[in-house]
Amino acid sequence: MLRFLIRRLGLIIPTFIGITLVAFAFVRVLPGDPVLLLAGERGMDPERYQKLLVQFGYDRPIYEQYLSYVWGLLHGDFGVSISTKRPVLDEFLTLFPATAELGLFAILFAVAIGIPAGILAAVRRGSLFDQAAMGVALTGYSMPIFWWGLLLIILFSGILGWTPVSGRISFLYFFPSVTGFMTIDALLSGQSGAFGSAVSHLVLPTIVLGTIPLAVIARQTRSAMLEVLAEDYVRTARAKGLAPSRVIGLHALRNALIPVITTIGLQVGVLIAGAILTETIFSWPGIGKWMVDSISRRDYPVVQGGLVLIAGLVMVVNLVVDILYGLINPRIRHR
Amino acid sequence: MSDRLEADSSTNPEAHLEEPTHLVAAAPPGASAMRMRAAVLAEFWHYFSQNRGAVAGLVVFLLLVLTALMAPVLAPHSPTQQFRDALLAPPVWVEGGSWKFILGSDPLGRDILSRLIYGARFSLFIGVVVVAIAVTGGILIGLAAGYFGGAVDVFAMRVMDIILAFPSLLLALVLVAVLGPGLGNAMIAIALVLQPHFARLTRAAVMSELRREYVVSARVVGASHLRLMFVTILPNCLAPLIVQGTLSFSTAILDAAALGFLGMGAQPPTPEWGTMLAEAREFILRAWWVVTFPGLAILVTVLAINLMGDGLRDALDPKLKRS
Repeated sequence: MLRFLIRRLGLIIPTFIGITLVAFAFVRVLPGDPVLLLAGERGMDPERYQKLLVQFGYDRPIYEQYLSYVWGLLHGDFGVSISTKRPVLDEFLTLFPATAELGLFAILFAVAIGIPAGILAAVRRGSLFDQAAMGVALTGYSMPIFWWGLLLIILFSGILGWTPVSGRISFLYFFPSVTGFMTIDALLSGQSGAFGSAVSHLVLPTIVLGTIPLAVIARQTRSAMLEVLAEDYVRTARAKGLAPSRVIGLHALRNALIPVITTIGLQVGVLIAGAILTETIFSWPGIGKWMVDSISRRDYPVVQGGLVLIAGLVMVVNLVVDILYGLINPRIRHR
Repeated sequence: MSDRLEADSSTNPEAHLEEPTHLVAAAPPGASAMRMRAAVLAEFWHYFSQNRGAVAGLVVFLLLVLTALMAPVLAPHSPTQQFRDALLAPPVWVEGGSWKFILGSDPLGRDILSRLIYGARFSLFIGVVVVAIAVTGGILIGLAAGYFGGAVDVFAMRVMDIILAFPSLLLALVLVAVLGPGLGNAMIAIALVLQPHFARLTRAAVMSELRREYVVSARVVGASHLRLMFVTILPNCLAPLIVQGTLSFSTAILDAAALGFLGMGAQPPTPEWGTMLAEAREFILRAWWVVTFPGLAILVTVLAINLMGDGLRDALDPKLKRS
């Protein structure tokens, strides 16, 4: 197990170096002079230009610049936003809970519907339910979620008037951020109606962000169940007269869930790509919208820092999923 | 969004690999190359046509291709002509609608149906170009990595890992920000982020083919590296690549539309579906049709291609065939 851990940890080092190289190169290949970019359209006098050039280290050789960039990253220096003048890491940490809350609810939504639907479809293979569920799943999988979000807004906010169109909570409520999760903070604040408001803001974005993971999980659960149900030990369990619910719930499901759990873990990248679109549609103040806004504002330090932070996050989550998978599945561990 | 492909493409690429030999074996011995090829196609069609969804997808896709080709004939109006007297005209079946604008008109008075018909050209073009670039790049890298192994393999696969470490839409977005917004750059960016999937699949297929006897015998006879790679091995690695190519085709259309929606893809007044949605966003509560139809067009196209992809997978995967 230890060898597996060390090998797996060793693999992330080249990936991390690659991520930083991409982020570093990103700013260097941008058209235009990085110092003049800071100055904006007013320009600057040559003396100040020289001073800034030295201050940012642009006069040094490129590999030295890269090394000092990585050195900064390792010490938590991800640059400073041009538009807000705040450190990129601070901004990321302030906005991240909003995305984490949305992502968590989206995954819960996807799992709560996707796994039961997948199991039922597999158990009743070829039935009307199976065909309908897999049809819906493929439709969800093919969904342009930015359009799906707009449709839901038209229906639930426009026509029915049930849910708000944007934001995390009504402006009527204000309370200090404790956990960063609006639903929990609302409960902690004790203000009546705050929790309901937070939840009603969360419903549509959750559905939109959860749609693709839901489709993937339902399809994966179904095919994993079908595979397991054909195994000898399931037939044995059936033959010795166990109740069908026990065969499916205990013998089949436990084994079928292993690949499904991995799939769920690997949805983090999908969720972040989805968060970019979902947060843009619902004006959700998370890191997805932050990245899109920074790109259109040309706030390159934020784009650069955000790229490293997000890719680093995905890398760490994938690592954890891999290690957990190794823990559950001894065949991987001993390879 | 190509991360979505991961879940499906990860289902053991090796499963596809027995395919070509299996098919060849199915043809009667001594048959001419032509008859063998016909037998392969017939067997493929037999399995593909059993999947009703796949056939439906194929039909819809062919209709789309026809629509794109015949756009100037089919479209009632020019996609960019502005009818200033009919801004946000509703569709024909809604009160106040007219047959002049069957699906209504947009905020600038352009006919939505005509724009959708011309938009089919862009979506199919995007799919073809992106997949062509991604497949070519992926095959070259995967073939080199799998065939030569060693340092080439390690280096190439680490680079692929790095590309895959970024959420694909985010990386495409940043690439477009560097290259400059526009459809061409969006296609390059999407092709780049989709390419590692092909490289990995090709590599895995090549590595398992490399040990087979027909490769060894070709090598003994004295075939050159290039001949071994492209003539001997590559044709036997194509089955998983075809399936992945179909799935990437739909991902390319979705991602290009997403970039268009975020203002980083095709620029107005191009009638690209995602860009149309971006332009229509502020009118969603006033005129539902400007938002509904472009998105529906994207969904139907992507769904049709994914249905075809599922059918192709079933038809090309010998593991499923036997069950």
